[in-house]
Amino acid sequence: MAKKNNTLKLKFDSSRNLAPAPESKSVAKIAERYELFINGKFEKPSSKKYFDTINPATEEKLSSIAEANNADVNKAVVAARNAYEKGWKKTSPKERAKYIYRIARIIQEKARELAVIETLDGGKPIRESRDFDVPTAANHFFYYAGWADKLEYAFPNRNPQPLGVAGQIIPWNFPLLMAAWKIAPALATGNTVVLKPAETTSLTALKLAEIIQEADLPPGVVNIITGAGATGAALVNHNDINKIAFTGSTDVGKIIQKAIAGTNKKATLELGGKAANIIFDDAPLDQAVEGVINGIFFNQGHVCCAGSRLFVQESVYKIVLQKLKDRMESLILGDPLDKNTDIGAINSKQQLEVINKYLKIGQQEGAEMFQSSCAIPKKGFYCRPTIFTNVAQSNRIAQEEIFGPVLSIQTFRTEDEVIEKANNTPFGLSAGVWTDKGSKIFNMTSKLRAGVIWANTYNKFDPTSPFGGYKESGFGREGGLHGLSAYLKM
Amino acid sequence: MIKNIPDFTISPRIDQVGIEERASRFTKRSIKNETKINGLKLALNMIDLTTLEGKDTDGKVMQLCYKAKHLHDSYPGLPTVAAVCVYPSMVGVAKKALGDSGVKVASVATAFPSGQSTRDIKLRDTKFAVSQGADEIDMVISRGKFHQGEYNFVFDEIAAIKQACGNARLKVILETGELGSYDKVRKASDIAMYAGADFIKTSTGKISPAATMPVTLVMLEAIRDFYYKTGKKIAMKPAGGISKAKLALHYLVMLNEVLGEEWMNNEWFRFGASSLANDILMQLMKQKTGVYQSADYFSND
Repeated sequence: MAKKNNTLKLKFDSSRNLAPAPESKSVAKIAERYELFINGKFEKPSSKKYFDTINPATEEKLSSIAEANNADVNKAVVAARNAYEKGWKKTSPKERAKYIYRIARIIQEKARELAVIETLDGGKPIRESRDFDVPTAANHFFYYAGWADKLEYAFPNRNPQPLGVAGQIIPWNFPLLMAAWKIAPALATGNTVVLKPAETTSLTALKLAEIIQEADLPPGVVNIITGAGATGAALVNHNDINKIAFTGSTDVGKIIQKAIAGTNKKATLELGGKAANIIFDDAPLDQAVEGVINGIFFNQGHVCCAGSRLFVQESVYKIVLQKLKDRMESLILGDPLDKNTDIGAINSKQQLEVINKYLKIGQQEGAEMFQSSCAIPKKGFYCRPTIFTNVAQSNRIAQEEIFGPVLSIQTFRTEDEVIEKANNTPFGLSAGVWTDKGSKIFNMTSKLRAGVIWANTYNKFDPTSPFGGYKESGFGREGGLHGLSAYLKM
Repeated sequence: MIKNIPDFTISPRIDQVGIEERASRFTKRSIKNETKINGLKLALNMIDLTTLEGKDTDGKVMQLCYKAKHLHDSYPGLPTVAAVCVYPSMVGVAKKALGDSGVKVASVATAFPSGQSTRDIKLRDTKFAVSQGADEIDMVISRGKFHQGEYNFVFDEIAAIKQACGNARLKVILETGELGSYDKVRKASDIAMYAGADFIKTSTGKISPAATMPVTLVMLEAIRDFYYKTGKKIAMKPAGGISKAKLALHYLVMLNEVLGEEWMNNEWFRFGASSLANDILMQLMKQKTGVYQSADYFSND
């Protein structure tokens, strides 16, 4: 008859062994070499240097990317300044909107190609690039296109004016989407742009450059230059930049803030996070567990607002842990191009080393590690979905941003306790609250110090909703009305 | 008997947005090649081929039973369906027609589909079906009493019917389309399982909406929680509204990812359906020959 409870275990092996269902690579046209996109044309870099971009799932080279040096950055900024002064700032808002709409529509037309390239270059599952990254990127352009000729209504009686040239630096976790977040509001408000994608994921930004060419945007309005940290530094330090918009690590954010201190440059920084995802005992537990899975394993945990600290009320801790482990066993890890893959490849070897370092630290700190039992492909950079239990606030794995599929779990007893613990971090980008009780949600959201708080859901994004952080998670908001004001003098 | 029966007034909560999102995620799985063929054959083998009409006759039931045993003889190696599901008055006919084929006879009972009758009549209805040879009894819960909050009544009724079933397995139909929320579906599932159900089943097929993926997911999660608490496995039967092979595969993906492979057989999962079999047959022939055949090439019984 009834077996002892602690021996019960569900078996999920067969749910992970589905026949391969790969998305075709043939739609992705990737050139052997990409130049810098300056003044509406692709130009060879004066540095004469190129670097490789690889597929992190196979470690195969995809293409060579130009490396922009100071002279190239200067050329791009001059092009953006000319375009701003001579045309773009005088272009009627309605005309600007037309261009932005056009970009949005071409993104939709090329959605499949963009999704495949995003997955090849960055390692994220095709399910995510197809269903999230690319459509959301198009939505951002559509949304801000609508605002372009309504700025007077967005900010009545404040005479909103563009800032000038915006230098934008974006990370490798959502390459195309971050480019859309940055470029769309800048264009809608009449600014011109020099954008630098991350060096491991330049391809979709360069594809976006081709789309911008196709959309016939006046030369110089958007310039896309590629390279690593030095290129970014040259952009930040350029005299003729009016605004820096940066998304990336807190360390680099601090360097940028130092670099622009005492200048006239405005800035928005969207930096790291260590979000608390909080489950109360009255929560819908299965849905909460699903939210935890989405919160930490979405995009292999390469998400600045990832719910990387889970707080579970002690009375439901055991049952939540069991549900979480079962759910982790049904996650499919593998070829990012396979339509069934839930967890793709870690973006780079370097990032995999960072994650592995934290896995060691966590174990040395005495936390208990559990990983799903899935197999790891022989080639490429992969990390199994991982959770740590027996974690304390004083553990490094509970304090520092890991940026990988690694969750640290703590328990709590009272609402006050969890608010204190959740806020006890230098970061403040996002948080999640799971409870069936509306009043508790409002109490928590007013006391948690985080820019975005989700209730009974996690990692939901919409162009109409502002996004940004408190404390070391940065300042300024992107998305919604707030996202417009970051690019306007008023 | 199961000890530690919980307080059903405080059954676990279900978040509507969350459960629907999770259910739709299963539909994103891409089932190809051998996985697809195996899945389709398994789905065929899980069907409770059903006829529950006022105009059912011996002839109709006998034809359906033949179909149950011979789904598509031009495709060798196909399984049979799991069971034929009929009204109590047809159990004898079905039993005889199915013989020793291994296909089970399921009978609805307890004043199906409304359940609006007395305990005594429901018990006699059940006992009659069992005496005619039914291997499985599909009962309906008293939804009126459930909405009145009389959970003990609902519980006791299920327990009494279970006793009347003897060796027949009991499927408890919650009629989720009349329950109104996922929370209530969860509550009704818990009551049914603790009261002795062998299966929990979504619908009679007489009410719309019938089975949906989110409702089935709520019930599968209830089964999983019950299994962890008691060590007892409960089977699941979504019924009504599943007529396409693709949707059946989505259900199997969901089953596999929620309860795991031990539930992936017709002892623990059934589809209550009448037109699903032919669509699966059509897909299997397509996989084999590369072309779709007209519906006229598949028998309608």
